[in-house]
Amino acid sequence: MTDFIDIGSVTDIPVQGARIVRTAHGDIAVFHTASGHFYAVDEYLEGKAGPLSNGIQHGEKVTDPMRNWVFDLATGEAQGADEGCVGTYEMKVEDGRLLLSSAAIAGQVAAE
Amino acid sequence: MTQKLIIIGAGMATGRALEQLIEADPNAYDVTLFNAEPRGNYNRIMLSPVLSGEKTYEEIVTHSAEWYEENGVTCRFGERVANVDRARKVVIAENGDELPYDKLMFGTGSNPFIIPMPGHDLEGVIAYRDLEDTELMMSMNETNKVVVIGGGLLGLEAAAGMAARGVDVTVVHIMGHLMERQLDEAAGYLLRKALVDKGITVRCQANSKQILGENGKVRALQLDDGTELPCDLLVMAVGIRPNVKLAQDIGLAVGKGIHVDDQMLTSDADILAVGECVEHDGAIFGLVAPLYDQAKVAAKTLLDEPATFVQREISTKLKVTGCDLFSAGDFAEGEDREDIVFRDPARGVYRRLVLQSNKVIGAVMYGDTADSNWFFGLIKDATDVSDMRDTLIFGPAYQGGTPMDPLAAVAALPDDAEICGCNGISKGQIIAAINGGADTLDAVKATSKAGSSCGSCVGLVTQVLGLTLGDEFKMPEKETICKCSDLSHDDVRKLIIAKELKSIPHVMQDLDWKSPGGCHVCRPALNYYLVCAWPGEEVDDGKSRFINERVHANIQKDGTYSVVPRMLGGITTPKELRAIADVADKFKVPTVKVTGGQRIDLLGVKKEDLPAIWYDLGEAGMMSGQAYAKGLRTVKTCVGTDHCRFGTQDSTGLGIKIESEMWGAWSPHKFKLAVTGCPRNCAEATCKDLGIVCVDSGYQILVGGAAGLDLLEAQLLITVPTEEEAIEVSCAFYQLYREGAQYLHRPYKWIAKVGLDWVKEQVADDLENRAALAERFRYSQKFYQVDPWAERARKGVDSHEFTPLADFTKVAAE
Repeated sequence: MTDFIDIGSVTDIPVQGARIVRTAHGDIAVFHTASGHFYAVDEYLEGKAGPLSNGIQHGEKVTDPMRNWVFDLATGEAQGADEGCVGTYEMKVEDGRLLLSSAAIAGQVAAE
Repeated sequence: MTQKLIIIGAGMATGRALEQLIEADPNAYDVTLFNAEPRGNYNRIMLSPVLSGEKTYEEIVTHSAEWYEENGVTCRFGERVANVDRARKVVIAENGDELPYDKLMFGTGSNPFIIPMPGHDLEGVIAYRDLEDTELMMSMNETNKVVVIGGGLLGLEAAAGMAARGVDVTVVHIMGHLMERQLDEAAGYLLRKALVDKGITVRCQANSKQILGENGKVRALQLDDGTELPCDLLVMAVGIRPNVKLAQDIGLAVGKGIHVDDQMLTSDADILAVGECVEHDGAIFGLVAPLYDQAKVAAKTLLDEPATFVQREISTKLKVTGCDLFSAGDFAEGEDREDIVFRDPARGVYRRLVLQSNKVIGAVMYGDTADSNWFFGLIKDATDVSDMRDTLIFGPAYQGGTPMDPLAAVAALPDDAEICGCNGISKGQIIAAINGGADTLDAVKATSKAGSSCGSCVGLVTQVLGLTLGDEFKMPEKETICKCSDLSHDDVRKLIIAKELKSIPHVMQDLDWKSPGGCHVCRPALNYYLVCAWPGEEVDDGKSRFINERVHANIQKDGTYSVVPRMLGGITTPKELRAIADVADKFKVPTVKVTGGQRIDLLGVKKEDLPAIWYDLGEAGMMSGQAYAKGLRTVKTCVGTDHCRFGTQDSTGLGIKIESEMWGAWSPHKFKLAVTGCPRNCAEATCKDLGIVCVDSGYQILVGGAAGLDLLEAQLLITVPTEEEAIEVSCAFYQLYREGAQYLHRPYKWIAKVGLDWVKEQVADDLENRAALAERFRYSQKFYQVDPWAERARKGVDSHEFTPLADFTKVAAE
């Protein structure tokens, strides 16, 4: 059973916006897409991309502001010709609250 | 012997279960039915047509008093069940009666969720759940104002129902578009438009703060930005919670709802539960189709017949007259998913199918839902659609038909729509020229003048040729804005104005965008085109801007930012320099550098510190230098006649005047100027986007210089005798570039396309046009000359951009 930690309200992140959650293992970017979904992924792909919370969102994807790599927010996979994958974390919405898996805060990437 | 069945709750699920049970074996059970509402079962989902006046309550009653009597059901309506003693198998009614049971069925339904904000308990704050709520809403008329919180299915039905009665209704929705759980942004946009046309005010991304009252009665809803929305009635339709209280009290397994297995049995084998109160395999249920499935299974279980409840795909339709929408399945985007999108702007039709492994897994439709059942069938049956993919989106009637016409957007333009702005030529005039024998682009240019000046309308003129001549005309290949559209930058800009498109979803819908939400290439371009076309209207969408323009600082390779305050004409003061030194110390800025644009750059600032730095700089009278903007950057100057023995004019003073007039403007790309006091050119004006070289007789204005990836000498546009004219020409040239150039083209690229001679005609020769351009620029500046730093440092604009959502760095790692 996954444990979840309350990280804020759904209204804390505007639609098509993103904010970061700081952890001892690095920053996690939390996205709120136009379709109303929320995703949590690593803010940086070391040496390759990030800070992703600063990118432009389109659909369920984000474009890295530095090198224009496009990442799928659900899988963390880089799209197109670029190769790489950022860690993704389980999260859910309950009663208007955003819940992030406590494993994410402990630095554990979601299982495939 | 007949067994005793007690049912708690007369709702749609228990009503259907009872029907099924009695139909299968009328003598199997002796049934007692409790209901807290003082009436029997009615079709709750039809309350909306009752509200709008399309049906009466009598028409939606599903089981009448006679029906219960004929079928031997003992009704205890208006009575609650106080307790259940599972050990003795008795139900204890409110009045103390004890009734034994063999089987017990929960149908306690759900409770509307009331946001516990201040004022929620005032009189006149209601949910939308039962007949009483509906009757209250029906008592509203033309003299009343009502606020509905919640832009989901129920909230919109409530709003539309009251609007149909002439009530002044405002819908307040927390998310970015309506019905976000069922619709994507594009369909949400069309729905909003339809509701606004019905006279409903819609406020999305609106966060309610508190409900204000007077003498214990609701007076207004206050939003967190301070706006007050006066109302006589406030309806909260923000969701439902399974009603599990009694089940929990008597010790049944409960999660979000009452846990049931595939046979609808709870953790007690003699107790069943159906409807909105249950949780099955992690899911709870609010739509009617699965409730009926549950009822069928529950009836069979009661008769000891095998049956299994299986969750199925669910579809949604909104019961608002004139708003045809449909959604089913899963329509989130994903790496292994593909979209097929169809838009017919003229008819307001939008269809989107989501495909995965050649199967339709989701569908959103707006405007024309005639084929929704066919698509829903494809989803439910997981039909392989590879053979009909090309024409799938057109529905069952068109399998094997021809694909849609890419010229639709231009075809939809009326004949009087202006195509060529330079020469004022309409679509009708172009068609007349074509019908008069002009069958090539050059011939149309020669006979109608359309496309013969700046050339930016050539794409549209070509499409009119294609439309008029049909197969006789071969369309040339053209460069499109990005892979999301078949239109060029020029086409898009002109259509935004011709069709008065004022938001990105609007552009994408009306111009047949092929992707649902655009991409990082087209979104910033569209945003600029809207900002330029509609000054003073709220068209700017920060989420479609690159990060630097979104947070008003330049992102650096390590994720920190640089801060450059404006120094008009490169002039500063000891006070400003002290303030800069102080913030550099206070915020431990690692690098302070003088820029090539004659100002000072503070590099390596943490994002969280930006508003505080801006606050301190603002205290010293400084504002954003917009060193990050596709917009006006700097006006570099030399010291001119004030100090220099060669100076011919007050170049510093002119530079300050121009920068004062131009700062804050957005443009297709960055725009840099310089004013130099003599031909020695110390301010390097001859390689700027616009450079002014002062000479004895006046001011030479040069344009289209470059000293970046390309190195180009600026070319002479005009020489004018006075400062005023120099400023006027500068503003007119900037506006011509702002209105005409493709996004991310510097002026030299644009001039190469339209020709310097054409620019001269517009700005140098045609004085009337020069004045009109300068006037349009000044009008636009009224709205864009706002210091973005002050808004963020002092008014809390976009504060979410600068603070982490949460910080767990102090939490010890396991």
